[in-house]
Amino acid sequence: MGWGDPDRIFYRLCWGFSLGMVFLVLGIGITLFWGSLPSLKAFGWHFLVGRIWDPVNEKFGALPFLVGTLITSFGALILTLPFALSSGIFLAEYAPPRVADALSTVIDLLAGIPSVIYGLWALFYLVPLVRWVEMKLGVIPFGLGLPTASLVLAVMILPYAASIIREVLRMVPHELKEAAYGLGATRWEVIRGVSIPYGLSGIVAGLLLSLGRALGETMAVTMVIGNRSEMPRSPWDLANTMASVIANEFTEASRDIHLSALIEIGLLLFLITLAVNILARIIILRLQVR
Amino acid sequence: MRSILWRKFKDRSALVVITVLAFLPALPLFHILYGIFRLGLPAFSWNFFTHLPTPPGEPDGGVGNAIVGTLMLSMLASVLAIPVGILSGVYLSEYARGRFGEVVRVAADVLQGVPSIVLGIVGYLWLVRPMGHFSALSGAVALSLMMLPVIVRSTEEILRMLPYTLREASLSLGVNYWRTVIKVLIPTGLVGITTGILVALSRIMGETAPLLFTAFGNPFWNFNPLQPVDALPLTVFKYAISPYQDWIRQAWGASAVLTLMVLGLNLISRILARRLSGDGK
Repeated sequence: MGWGDPDRIFYRLCWGFSLGMVFLVLGIGITLFWGSLPSLKAFGWHFLVGRIWDPVNEKFGALPFLVGTLITSFGALILTLPFALSSGIFLAEYAPPRVADALSTVIDLLAGIPSVIYGLWALFYLVPLVRWVEMKLGVIPFGLGLPTASLVLAVMILPYAASIIREVLRMVPHELKEAAYGLGATRWEVIRGVSIPYGLSGIVAGLLLSLGRALGETMAVTMVIGNRSEMPRSPWDLANTMASVIANEFTEASRDIHLSALIEIGLLLFLITLAVNILARIIILRLQVR
Repeated sequence: MRSILWRKFKDRSALVVITVLAFLPALPLFHILYGIFRLGLPAFSWNFFTHLPTPPGEPDGGVGNAIVGTLMLSMLASVLAIPVGILSGVYLSEYARGRFGEVVRVAADVLQGVPSIVLGIVGYLWLVRPMGHFSALSGAVALSLMMLPVIVRSTEEILRMLPYTLREASLSLGVNYWRTVIKVLIPTGLVGITTGILVALSRIMGETAPLLFTAFGNPFWNFNPLQPVDALPLTVFKYAISPYQDWIRQAWGASAVLTLMVLGLNLISRILARRLSGDGK
């Protein structure tokens, strides 16, 4: 089999494209690193702990955005958790298979609605709602800000989290559940005592994947977070996330150092989501081994 | 041992609580759909689909250029992503043994997890900066990076599902392996591969973040891939955060168009997938 052999050529072609994809991923990492070099050189570690983001005076600290991203993402995860868990349990354990399949289809379709439309909806329906709640609570009624962003993120990641939890719970072997039923357990006791403990690591992995989505979500958050680049002082404050500050300032960054600082935020976002996703994959891999 | 009545009570209340919690999130989700169609459909008109955008206050503005732009971006991204995706999927399913295959799979998974805004930065650094201006092509590159992993993994899965006897039958007739792949395996798995492509397309069509600093937006007709174009999600974003009633009305209209396109693609892919699982039985 020489190089002229068509089988060989086809193999090389497929191999070459696969290699190309690996280089593409490496290229993304290298490009981001290279683009953020000026900022890395100028600010070093202070970039991560700096509290002041002032493009006019060329002071760049990304801590407010790290905090904003963490608060909105974990806030969304906590808000969505009871509902996602319930939906997953309902679909896997209570609903008849036909109903569950139909509902899952609807959920998946809703998960396909573009994020900018979630943002539009949040802007006109969620913001007044949050403002009303804030007036009742006696805090400054921005309407926009961290709570609104967390809420819209919670709505967005819910379909995704619910469908993963459903899949995980469906993987629980019937023998285990039947054994528990045979001992006289009620349905709830089987769910609590067998299904959830058995699927726990899978559920955690699913929640991590959902968190990965929330961390990188841009448009809906950008539209309702209020875009203020200062450290949030309360959970009701206006803020900015890593993704939203990039979306807002990238095309307006007139100085190279500003652009480079924004690229470094992109690099950080890339690394954080990478870490979260890898953690989730490791958990799933260990699950498959079992 | 606690009493049977108490355990039964707990069982019942768990059922009620879980059912209620499971259905509550349906409210916002359906409210979004309701909003899109109640506020979006009235914006539809002949002019809305065929005209260029107008300044706020001027009547008869449309999103014709954004629809053209979205179609152009989707097509360009598909042209870039489909060949690479299918051939890499063939590699993973037919040839990959050992370590390198794992590396390729991990690469696809990593690519799938990259936030879309980061891919926008990459598109900017790879194409916009060297070329010196925004372009549809740079947006399409960013979008194709999002499509790629979906196509790779779905192609791999579909080809793996095909029985080995199919390959053996073809090979025993003296057909080369590559011809077997092109003439037997890919046509047999075509429905599945198409489904994967449609899912990938529906995912990128509504993407805004990667286009903000690549395709950028353009209030005029443009059919040149090397110039900036508008796209429906960009229109929604720009109009939604504007203070003008007329633009906000059009933002809902553009959302309705976009939702119909995305849900349509999703539904077609689902019908195809159902046909596929029906054939398999």
